[in-house]
Amino acid sequence: MSILQNRNFLIKITSLLPLILLYISVLNTFDFNYLGLKYFSFNFSYILIFYYNLKREKSLGYTAIFIAGLFNDVIVGTPMGISSLIYLLLCGSAVYLRNITLRPNLMKDWIFFLVTILILNSLSFTILTLIFDFEINYIDKLVNAICTFLFYFIFSYLFNLVEVFLLGSSDAR
Amino acid sequence: METSRDDFVIAIRSAFLKKETKQRFSLLGLVFFSIIFLILGGLNFKVINYVKIAIKEIVYRSSYIVSGPEKFIKNSHLIIQEHLNLYEENQLNKSKLETLQSKELLNEFVILENKRLKLIVDDYIVKSNETIAKILSDKQSPFLKSIVINRGSKHKINLGMAVMDGEYLIGKIVEVNYGTSRVLLLSDLNSKIPVIIEPSGTLSILSGTGKEEGVIQYSKKENLTKGLSIVYTSGSSGLFKSGIPVGKINGDSLTTKKTVKFFSDFSQLEFVTIVKFKKADNQ
Repeated sequence: MSILQNRNFLIKITSLLPLILLYISVLNTFDFNYLGLKYFSFNFSYILIFYYNLKREKSLGYTAIFIAGLFNDVIVGTPMGISSLIYLLLCGSAVYLRNITLRPNLMKDWIFFLVTILILNSLSFTILTLIFDFEINYIDKLVNAICTFLFYFIFSYLFNLVEVFLLGSSDAR
Repeated sequence: METSRDDFVIAIRSAFLKKETKQRFSLLGLVFFSIIFLILGGLNFKVINYVKIAIKEIVYRSSYIVSGPEKFIKNSHLIIQEHLNLYEENQLNKSKLETLQSKELLNEFVILENKRLKLIVDDYIVKSNETIAKILSDKQSPFLKSIVINRGSKHKINLGMAVMDGEYLIGKIVEVNYGTSRVLLLSDLNSKIPVIIEPSGTLSILSGTGKEEGVIQYSKKENLTKGLSIVYTSGSSGLFKSGIPVGKINGDSLTTKKTVKFFSDFSQLEFVTIVKFKKADNQ
């Protein structure tokens, strides 16, 4: 009985894990400035949203992602609504990829993720600089996009590993 | 060709219009909602502004709690680093202290003399109201250098007020909520303040770079900032009084870009002082 209860608890935690991680990542102010890594930054939320919309369709609700985007805008100081828009478009691209894919392949997902974040970063850069008169260093933005792209590979393995460890199930759509 | 286009349309339609079992809104609906939110927010729509203020109050407080563990790790790392550098720092401080002690006496005399001369030429003396604030969140991403403090409109904080770390200027208030405010740091790309570079007396604009230093803009006299030039506020904007120390010119980069190393370390701020300057009656 207790084993079954433990199992149910693990399933619940695992199903809530992406949501908890998403809100922690948008609400905290984690950066590597104090370690002296000036140019090192990556967008963990992008990785999380793309991965879980692609692999586990029911783990992140669109409304939760929309609210997380609003929270992110408040923390970062960008006009409210822009992160929500970018996050939702990222969801859309992940769901589109899921719909057109017959045989899942990490390399293809990875390349598609790169194209998506480059387009979305360009979109947010254009909106912020042209409409809202923000000054953004595009080199920093590019470095951020590249690091996010590189880390997607590692994090997709980690997320998969965590689910296998907690639930004992392998990656299946 | 026609079939592949149909497939694309079907996949897109499915992605943006189809609602999953537990989803209340479709993706397209939320995308439109965020665009409307963005446009109305940009147009300063009253209802959206109230919603924004409410969300900001909640998020700033939550962020302070959620950032707790990260702050603990960061502080531990800094404490360990400080311990490792203790001996070297002590030696350096000893030599600095000797120089400063001799300068302090001279400084006191100059301040008194300055006050006396200002009264003679009928200039005004600046008085200031100070409020101490604790930092709730210090989001210093490569794209935005700002901090959130626990003082807002209920503590009589206004837009444009100067924010200082001890005697050094670090930024100004750019957003005021009921119980919190956002400070744009001098290192942010969007920060621009009028400054004077001493001892040459060159007036210029100090702009943020998005990194840890600032850069001097619109200065025509290329050779005036050689050596250890100090950057102070010029007081031209009327927001800050003149003579608040900001930083010093980096000696190595004189020929190309004049960068400014700030006196205050923005990554280690815990408490700041918000200051409002106003003219005092001459007596």
